[in-house]
Parts: sequence; C-alpha cells; structure tokens
Amino acid sequence: MKDRIDYVRLNPEEQKRRRRRSVALALTLAAFCILLFAITLVKLGPGVLQRPL
Amino acid sequence: MSTMSNSLAENHAEPLATAGLSQGDVSDFFALLKPRVMFLVVFTALVGMVVSHPDVHPVVAFVSLLMIAIGGGASGCLNMWWDADIDAVMTRTRKRPIPAGKIQPGEALAFGVTLAAGSVIILGLASNWLAAGLLAFTIFFYVVVYSMWLKRTTPQNIVIGGAAGALPPIVAQAAVTGHVAWDSVVLFAIIFMWTPPHFWALALVKSGDYERAGIPMMPNVAGPDSTRFQILAYTILLAPLGLAPVALGFGGLAYAIIALIGGLGMLALAVQVYRLRQGEPAMRVAQQLFGFSILYLFLLFATLLAEHGFGFFRPVLG
Repeated sequence: MKDRIDYVRLNPEEQKRRRRRSVALALTLAAFCILLFAITLVKLGPGVLQRPL
Repeated sequence: MSTMSNSLAENHAEPLATAGLSQGDVSDFFALLKPRVMFLVVFTALVGMVVSHPDVHPVVAFVSLLMIAIGGGASGCLNMWWDADIDAVMTRTRKRPIPAGKIQPGEALAFGVTLAAGSVIILGLASNWLAAGLLAFTIFFYVVVYSMWLKRTTPQNIVIGGAAGALPPIVAQAAVTGHVAWDSVVLFAIIFMWTPPHFWALALVKSGDYERAGIPMMPNVAGPDSTRFQILAYTILLAPLGLAPVALGFGGLAYAIIALIGGLGMLALAVQVYRLRQGEPAMRVAQQLFGFSILYLFLLFATLLAEHGFGFFRPVLG
C-alpha cells in the first residue's frame, strides 16, 4: 500500500475532449430547460403562473 | 474489471487516465446514436405526421419529432452497447466508438438508457401516453427483441426486427392525433416489407463479414440462392404495396407515378439478383439493389411529404 495518492493526469488532448463533453452537456441541459418551458407554455397556456394557490 | 484494477494497482508508473475515464469526444457520443438511421427515423416519422394533417401546436409536433429521433438514437446506442463484441470483428462496424475503445460500454449503456427513458417521458408529457407507449415499445423491440434475441439466433432476424424500424410513422401519427389510423399502418407495412430485400442485398455482398461474426444472416444459413429467391418474393409483395397509399387516397398523382416506376425498378433489380448468381456481376447487382432500395424508400416518402406538406397533392382520378 502506498502512502502517496496517485491522481489521474489527463494529457492536453484528453483535457480538450473533456471540455468539449462538458460544453455539450451544458448546452444540452440548457436546451432541455428551454424545451420544458416551451412545452409548459403550450400545454398550460401563458397564464400558467396566474392561478389560485 | 478487477483484473484491470489489480494491474493498475501494481504498476503506478502507468498513467491512470485509461482506468475507466471517458476517452470519447462529443462526435463519438453522437456516432453512438447511429445518425443515418436517426435520419431515416425522423424522415419517416415526419411523413407519418404530415399525412395525418394534425391540428396540434407546432411546438408539440416539433418536440414529438425530436423525442422520436432521440428514442431512435437511444435504440441505436443500446444496440451498439449490446453488439460491441460482434461489431469488433466486422469490417463494416469495427470503427464504431465502443470497439474502437473511445467509449466504455458502461458509458454507452448509461447514455442509451437515459436517452430512452427521457425521450419516452417527454413525449408522454408533450403529446400523449399512447405515443409514448408506442415509442417505448419500439425501443424495447429493437433492443431486446431484435438485438438481444433474434439477431444472433435466427435468419429471420431482420424480417421480424424490421418492425422496429417501421414503427416511427405510427408513433408520429399517434403523437399528433392521439390515435393510429390506416395511413400510418400502410407506411409501416411499406417499410416492413422493404427491409428484407434491402438488408439481404447487403448481406449477399457482406456475407463473409456476418459469417465471421457468427450472425445467422439468410445467405449464411439458407444459402445465397434461397436468399435471392426470398428477395424476389418480398419485392413482388413490396411493389404493389407501395401503391397502397394511392388506393387509400392519401397518395396523389405524383406519388402514384413514383411508386409505379420505383416499384418496377425494384422488381427489375430483384429479378437480376435472382438470375445472376456467380462472380462479380452477382455482387454488383446486389449492391445496386441495396443502393436503389434506399433511393426507392426515400422517393416514396419524399413524394408524400411534398404532396401533403407543400401542397403538391393532385388526386389520381379527377
């Protein structure tokens, strides 16, 4: 058992790929939120928030 | 997995970057979705929607189409996850992301399951649960019935499995109308009947590939001559079936002409495939049938799209 912790070191190309994956994931999540917002408006109408609580 | 962990533990000089970390680029994940199959799914689903003349909000139609596309992509992804072992030994598929080592099988599985579940749920919320149920059934049929069960056990694999590829017009019609009518069922039947001549023409050319992978495609099991006969038989059924939209009234004059000429073209090539059995000419005509079958299906659906989506519909009689 070693007392030193070995961390994974990504090479520059792997770092680039990880960054591209992260950006794609962020854009997908943003698109998903917009999609849900649009569906909500279309299905429930623009007055979705103006209802008795 | 444990072997890999042990070897890494024993040799710390080796970089740990490959120990289960994703090596895939965005394009590799996109490739997992089988973009060309996805295009076919979107295209046939769009036609299924357009011939239904739906009275739904464009956003609902767009989201439905998107979810059908993603559901189709998820099916392709899960198919690649399951078939990674045979993909690795076939020249046509060995560069796919999993056998190429760019994406870990577990990543593909998680990606596919997430997209499959997400597309079904969003389709249900955006349109209706009949469409969502049909999409879930399509994914199940392609992944479990075709990929896991039929593909490696019977030469009828692509005949029965073809149903999954034929379902998108039905799912699309259900999404925008809430029901399934004869027109989308006829589109289903056309794609279903088109699948055997299309894939068996390819299998005749690539039979060595399939044999190496141990997949019981028709040419490897029943022999090339029997396959040629069955290609001809299915094409004889397909050509008149291609005209069924005219009989049902949703195929117009342009469609009738395209379906007639295309059907005769398919028949002529299928007869040639049946007659030419030896050497280079036999391979060439099988390749031609494979290529023409793609054009044939594309033209049938594109004509319906032009007639119903862009106002080119002219009735055959009157």
